[in-house]
Amino acid sequence: MFETYSYLFLQQYWWVIESLLAALLVFLMFVQGGQTSLNTIAKTEEEKTMLVNALGRKWELTFTTLVTFGGAMFAAFPKFYSTSFGGAYWVWIAILFCFIIQAVSYEFRRKPGNFLGQKVYEAFLFINGSLGIFLIGTAVATFFTGSDFKINDYNQVEWLSSTRGLEAVLNIQNVALGLGVFFLVRILGAQYFINNINDENIDARSRKQVIYNSIPFLLFFLTFVGMLLFKDGFAYDTATNNVYLESYKYLHNLLQMPIVLILFLFGVVFVLGGIFITAFKRSKKGIWFSGLGTIFTVFALFMLAGFNHTSFYPSASNLQSSLTIENSSSSHYTLAAMGYVSLFVPFVVLYIYVVWKAIDKKKIDKQEIKENDHIY
Amino acid sequence: MLGTIDLSLVDWSRAQFALTAIYHWFFVPLTLGLSFLIAIMETIYVRTGNEEWKRITKFWMKLFGINFAIGIATGIILEFEFGTNWSNYSWMVGDIFGAPLAIEGIFAFFLESTFIAVMFFGWNKVSKKFHLTSTWLVAFGSNLSALWILVANAWMQYPVGMHFNPGTARSEMLNFWDVLFSPFAVNKFLHTVTSAYVVAALFVLGISAWYLYKKRELLLAKRSIIVAAVFGLISALFLAMTGDGSAYLVAQKQPMKLAAMEGLYHGKKGADLVVFGVLKNDAHKDSLDNFTFNLGIPKLLSALGYKNSNAFVPGIKDLVDGNPKENIMSAGAKIEKGRVALAALASFKEFKKLKNQTKADSALGVFNANSTYMGYGYFDTPESIIPNVPLTFYSFRIMILLGGFFIFLFMLVLYFAMKNKLESKKLLLFITMLSFPLGYLASETGWIVAEVGRQPWAIQDLLPTAVATTHIGTSSVITTFVIFAVLFTALLIAEIKIMISQIKSGPEGGDHV
Repeated sequence: MFETYSYLFLQQYWWVIESLLAALLVFLMFVQGGQTSLNTIAKTEEEKTMLVNALGRKWELTFTTLVTFGGAMFAAFPKFYSTSFGGAYWVWIAILFCFIIQAVSYEFRRKPGNFLGQKVYEAFLFINGSLGIFLIGTAVATFFTGSDFKINDYNQVEWLSSTRGLEAVLNIQNVALGLGVFFLVRILGAQYFINNINDENIDARSRKQVIYNSIPFLLFFLTFVGMLLFKDGFAYDTATNNVYLESYKYLHNLLQMPIVLILFLFGVVFVLGGIFITAFKRSKKGIWFSGLGTIFTVFALFMLAGFNHTSFYPSASNLQSSLTIENSSSSHYTLAAMGYVSLFVPFVVLYIYVVWKAIDKKKIDKQEIKENDHIY
Repeated sequence: MLGTIDLSLVDWSRAQFALTAIYHWFFVPLTLGLSFLIAIMETIYVRTGNEEWKRITKFWMKLFGINFAIGIATGIILEFEFGTNWSNYSWMVGDIFGAPLAIEGIFAFFLESTFIAVMFFGWNKVSKKFHLTSTWLVAFGSNLSALWILVANAWMQYPVGMHFNPGTARSEMLNFWDVLFSPFAVNKFLHTVTSAYVVAALFVLGISAWYLYKKRELLLAKRSIIVAAVFGLISALFLAMTGDGSAYLVAQKQPMKLAAMEGLYHGKKGADLVVFGVLKNDAHKDSLDNFTFNLGIPKLLSALGYKNSNAFVPGIKDLVDGNPKENIMSAGAKIEKGRVALAALASFKEFKKLKNQTKADSALGVFNANSTYMGYGYFDTPESIIPNVPLTFYSFRIMILLGGFFIFLFMLVLYFAMKNKLESKKLLLFITMLSFPLGYLASETGWIVAEVGRQPWAIQDLLPTAVATTHIGTSSVITTFVIFAVLFTALLIAEIKIMISQIKSGPEGGDHV
C-alpha cells in the first residue's frame, strides 16, 4: 500500500504524523504545567501529595510522547535531527537536562534515603515545568523565525552562533511562544487538577489559577500569532528547491489552506471555551475543551510551518541551507516501511484510552491517597 | 584525513556517550529481568490465590519502580545524544537507524508507560486478571523496547539491508526485514536480554540471601530465591549459548574485534582460545611474543569461530599488513581505495553542481568501484584500525569467567534451596549477596567488548567514529560531560540509598519519609 504512494505524499504524511505527535505532546504537558503550580495550589502537605499523585500517574505518558516525537523525527526527517540537535546543542541539552531531572522526581521525592531531599526533587519538577517548557516553546518558534546555520554538500551542519541554540531566547517572537506555551500548560495543569481531584480547596484555587494564567497566555500567544502573520516567511520553489523570503508567508499559508485556518480558529475557540467554562461555569470538563483546542492549534501551527512549500526549519543566514519536508526526509522506502507502523497508532491510542478510563474511574481524594500503597 | 579532525573532541564525545550508556545500563537490566520475575510471581499469586505471593510481588514491584524511573532518565539522553553529539552519524544512518527508534516509541514505550500505571495504581481498581495482563505487558513492552535499540546497535556491527546513496551522502535502507532479522540483530537481542535476566536474577537472589542471612522475611526470601534461581539458571545457560553464537558472528564479520578479544596478534590455523592470560605492556603486532603468560585451549578458537578446528584465524598483523596467502587485503590497500572513493564522491558532487552529467557519471563509476572501502579512506595509517586490545581482551575474559561462575552459583543455590538447607549455608549466602555487583561487572564488560572492540568504527567498515561527531567546541562537550557525570552520580547515589532503605524496611514499610 504505502510503497505505491508518491514520495511527496509520504513526506507530507509523516509531517502530519509529526504534527499530531507535537500537538498531543503540548496537550500532555499539562503535567509540566501542574508541576509549576504545586506550591500555589496546595497549601498543605496532604494537598500537595494529591496534586503530585494526580500528575505522577500521567508523567510517563508525556515523557513517552516526547521520546516518540524525537524518534519519529529521527526516522522521518533525519536531516532535521542532525541539523537541529547537532547545531542548537545547548538549547537541546538544556531541555534534556530538564526532562532527566523530572523522570526520577516523582518516584524519589518522598522515599526515605532519597539523598537530595524532598525540596530538591520538587525544585526539579518546577524546573522541568518552567524552563523545560519555555525552552521547547522557543525552540519550536525557530521553525518560523529561523536559525543561523549552514549545511555542506555532505549534509553536515555548521552552526554559526557560538551560543549553539541559546541565542533563540534573544528573539522576541521566540520568547513570546515560549512564554505562551508556559502559561498555556499551567492553565491545562490547573484544569486537569479540577478534573482529576475531588477536593474543594484544590478546585477553588485551581480555578483562580486558570484565570490568572489566561491573561499572560493570551498576551504572549497573540503577540506570537500577530508577529507570525505579518512577518516574512521562508518559502521555496518546488521546481528549483530555491528558498526565498515571502512577505506574509504564514498569513498566505492560512488563507491558502482553509482547513488549517478552520482548525486554527477552532483550536483557539476551544482553548478559550475551556477557560471560560472552567472559570465561569464551574465545569470540570475544561481540560477536554482546552486540551482539544491545544491539539488543534498546535497541529495547525505545524501545518503552517511545513506545508504549502514552506521551509519548516529555516536558516536565516543561509537560505539555501533551510530544511523543507522534501529535502530533509528519509528515503521513500523508509517512509513507506514506517507508514505500516503508523497504522498501529490508533490501536495504541485506544488501549491508552481504555487503561486510563479504568484507572481514572475513581477520582483522587484524601481517602484514595490513604488507601493506595504506591503513592508519590 | 583524520588529521583535520579535533581528536580531543572525538574522545570527549566518546567519553560522554560511554558515560551515559554505562549509567543507563546500570538500570536497564533490572527493568528487563525484574519485570518478568514480577510477572511470574504475580502469575503464581493469581493461580494460587496465596496472599503471600501478592506481598512478594508487591515488594519486588516497589524496587522495580524505583529503578524504572532512573532508567527512563538516563535513557532519554542516549536517544537525543545521537543528534547532539553525533550529528554526522545521525544523518548518515538516520534512514535506517531512525525507523527502529520510531517503532520502539510507538510499539514498546507506550505499552510500558501505559500498563505500568495499572501495575502500580490498579491493584484495587481493575480485576486480578487485568492487572496480571498489565504486568506481563510491561515485561513484554520493556523487552520489546530493547529489541529495537539492539537491532540498531547490531546494524552498526554489521550493516545490512542498505546501500550508500552518493547523492544524499548517507546510507539508505533497502530491506527492513534484512535489518530486523540480521543474524547479528537476532543474536545480540537474545544475548543482551538474557544477560539482563541474569543480572535481575542475581539482584533478587542477593537481596533474598541477605534476608536469610539476617533471618528476616524467610518465606519471601525462600520463595523469591526459587523463582530467581530457576529463571537465572535458564537465562545463564541460554546466555552461554548465544555467547557462542556472538563469537561465531564476530569471527565472520568483525575479525579485528575477535583478534582484539583474544589478543591474537599473529593469525594461525588451529588457533587456541585463551582462557586466561596477561598481555605485555608493549604488546604489538610486530612482536612475536605478546603475553607474559597465557593459558589456552588448543584449537578451540578456530572451532568456535569457524566451526573447523584447523581454520585460519587472522591476527591483528594479518588484518593490518595483509596476508596474501590467506587472501586478506592489507588495511593500507583498503585506505588507498577508500581515498579514491572519497575523492570520486567529492568530484561527483562538484560535477553535479556544475551540471556536468558526463563527468559526474564518470566520477560515480569510480566511486562505485571503490565504495566498499570508503570508510577506510578517512584513516591516516593502517594501524588506525586497531581497537584498544588490552581493554577488549580483559573485558572479554571477565565476562566469560563470570558467566560461567553464575551458572555454577544458580545451580548451587537452587540445589540447597530445594533441599531447604540454604539458611545454614552462610558462606554461600554471603557469596550470593556479593554476586549481584559481579552481574553488573559482567554485563558492562560485555558492552565494552562489543563497543570498544568495534572501534575505530561507529559503523563497521563504513563510518569511523571520529568522522561521526558533531562539529562543536570541545569545551562544550567537556562541560556537558561534567554535568551528566555529576547528575547521574547523584541520582545513582539516591537510587542506591533508596533501595537500601526499602530493602531494610522490608515489604511493609519505607514507602515515604
